[in-house]
Amino acid sequence: MPRMTMIEAIRSAMDVMMERDKTVVVFGQDVGYFGGVFRCTQGLQAKYGKARCFDAPISELGIVGAGIGMAAYGLKPCLEIQFADYMYPAFDQIVSEAARLRYRSAGEFTCPIVVRMPTGGGIFGAQTHSQSPEALFTHVSGLKVVVPSNPHDAKGLLIAAIEDPDPVIFLEPKRLYNGPFDGHHDRPVTPWSKHELGEVADGHYTAPLGKAVVRRSGGAVTILTYGTMVHVAQAAAEETGVDAEVIDLRTLLPLDLDAIMESVKKTGRCVVVHEATLTSGFGAELAALVQQHCFYHLEAPVARVAGWDTPYPHAQEWDYFPGPARVGQALLETMGA
Amino acid sequence: MAAQTTHLSLTVPEPSVRPGDMPDFSGMQVPEAGSVRRPPVDERPENMRDLAFTIVRVLDDTGDATGPWTPDLSVAELQAGLRHMMKLRVYDARMLIAQRQGKTSFYMQHLGEEAISCAFRGALLPGDMNFPTYRQAGLLIASGYPMVSMMCQVYSNDGDSARGRQLPVFYSSKEHGFFSISGNLATQYIQAVGWAMASAISGDTQIAAAWIGDGSTAESDFHAALVFASTYKAPVVLNIVNNQWAISTFQGIARGDAQTLAARGLGFNIPSLRVDGNDYLAVRAAADWAAERARRNLGPTLVEYVTYRSGGHSTSDDPSAYRPRDEGSAWPLGDPVMRLKTHLVRLGAWSEERHVQAEAEFLEEVIAAQKEAEAIGTLHTGRRPSVRDIFEDVYAVMPPHLRRQRQQAGV
Ligand SMILES: Cc1ncc(C[n+]2csc(CCOP(=O)(O)OP(=O)(O)O)c2C)c(N)n1
Repeated sequence: MPRMTMIEAIRSAMDVMMERDKTVVVFGQDVGYFGGVFRCTQGLQAKYGKARCFDAPISELGIVGAGIGMAAYGLKPCLEIQFADYMYPAFDQIVSEAARLRYRSAGEFTCPIVVRMPTGGGIFGAQTHSQSPEALFTHVSGLKVVVPSNPHDAKGLLIAAIEDPDPVIFLEPKRLYNGPFDGHHDRPVTPWSKHELGEVADGHYTAPLGKAVVRRSGGAVTILTYGTMVHVAQAAAEETGVDAEVIDLRTLLPLDLDAIMESVKKTGRCVVVHEATLTSGFGAELAALVQQHCFYHLEAPVARVAGWDTPYPHAQEWDYFPGPARVGQALLETMGA
Repeated sequence: MAAQTTHLSLTVPEPSVRPGDMPDFSGMQVPEAGSVRRPPVDERPENMRDLAFTIVRVLDDTGDATGPWTPDLSVAELQAGLRHMMKLRVYDARMLIAQRQGKTSFYMQHLGEEAISCAFRGALLPGDMNFPTYRQAGLLIASGYPMVSMMCQVYSNDGDSARGRQLPVFYSSKEHGFFSISGNLATQYIQAVGWAMASAISGDTQIAAAWIGDGSTAESDFHAALVFASTYKAPVVLNIVNNQWAISTFQGIARGDAQTLAARGLGFNIPSLRVDGNDYLAVRAAADWAAERARRNLGPTLVEYVTYRSGGHSTSDDPSAYRPRDEGSAWPLGDPVMRLKTHLVRLGAWSEERHVQAEAEFLEEVIAAQKEAEAIGTLHTGRRPSVRDIFEDVYAVMPPHLRRQRQQAGV
């Protein structure tokens, strides 16, 4: 099977869907001729023409708003916001419009859009190239929220998102674009070509939305995580020797509660890990659900490892990013509790 | 040399008159009916910039239609136009009362603005799509959408196709080319452009119409829509209804009086018209012109309709708190229903008696529809949408967490 980076896998997903479905259109800032600042749409305009893949003015609300209109017409727009940090101008269109169109019109108009946006830190992106705004989306009924952690899933989930009849926020951890990253910023990065999840089939396949995957099985503690932190969590488990089960949630909304319950009821302990800031982060929802559904199986308080409740700094990148040391410490504390 | 400095002060525009003052429209330039030129639809935008700074008018003060913008409408079409406006006015009046009687929570009327949506509808073809605000119900009435359905929406009863989820007057009808209304101002303006782009991407023949009020042109969505419409030459008519007021705020706060709102299109090289919004014929002529441009792939047109919001903003608003009580009657462009009526009377196609009779007929028709709608229910009585409807249509397929919550709600 061919090996792809996450960038190539994402591009392949759009390529497959543009080929199969004439209603799929791709647009955003710099995505046309140039192929995107991360190269995710490279070659699509040359292959499918300017009416299917094109550059947009620098207006996030314009991109999403126009996409909603196209979706109401019957197209399937796959939109790109250059960085998740720049989605705020489009937030009204996403929350007030895309998420609610089906509901408010009782299904008369629908909004099958995908909004792709590179997310997360670990690249010295500082305040406006590092944010993880997923909790702002998971709080919105009507949206689906997806965060892949590897090329194989990225392609399968993106195809599923494009085929999905509802609006999907597709957050791409840009730190994972070229290779897995376990938080050891001082070590050389291995490319996806050396990783089994860099194996990506050429054609059409999907990874189901709303289904989590166990990345590492273990019996002592459950780590609930997604995106870049999946790799960090695995490293922390190896380095501490704690027999942790790492669950890659993949879809945050809707959430795979069954997979979470099955694991936590088995282990009796739970650590939630994400890059986003702690307070009212998605981890709070996870901790509450675990508490509610696994209360009598819990042997320790649910722990949360997250970004500090501050804007994302530049110089202090590695003191901010919740690396394997911090996750490992939480694992040990949870085991000791 | 030292720079000259001065103590700065903030400018906050004020309307020239407030409650208690005499209404004053003396500053408003109203050209003679028939005096504005009508360029061919494929004229280069830069050669028709003057049209953004005047007012296209067809009906003169005596009720005659005059000049190059006179639309080619049959007597029957003109009579239908008058009927649509009259019906909308009666409907508004009845729903206003219904709200006062507690049969629903909220209503918004069109008083004085009936010509705009009623006349515009005539320029569209089946399959075209409007992206309206809450003040274009004439689009529905003129397209034959059943009034009972409108009322069921206002009453949020079991007959409401949107299952009681939306505020009254937020209608939706795909079949009648009426996009679902949202409470968030201006959002639909850019969506209309996207819809039009989609039609162009698909090699289709359909066009879109975007709608916005004067106050809402200050939203970023308005700007985005103009950029996108211009960039992609989208087949869209960008309508601005300038009724002078945004709740209590006069249009000067949105800088509607700095140049004109139509002039906003010129910076994007979008052909822009300014039209007498109380002149059914002028509205229709402008709509036809703009729709033809869109259909011929000549791109977007911006149209500012100059009108006056004669009623309160909504049932929650009392305009006497911020503007002279009789400002509406001083409005120089008159009343749209009266003006078309006078025109038809001059054509010998209408009369005072027929008008009175038609008014009575419409009242009867609206009351009959109201009875039918109220037989289903009102906001607080009768058959209401089910509690299950809370949970449906959030997604195409109900996800597990919503199924759990529905069970929790006991339904
Ligand atoms: C984004 C947003 N901000 C504020 C409001 C509250 N609001 C409802 S209508 C209105 C005034 C709109 O005025 P205008 O655009 O001139 O339209 P008109 O009501 O005169 O038809 C306001 C401020 C809203 N609905 N949405």
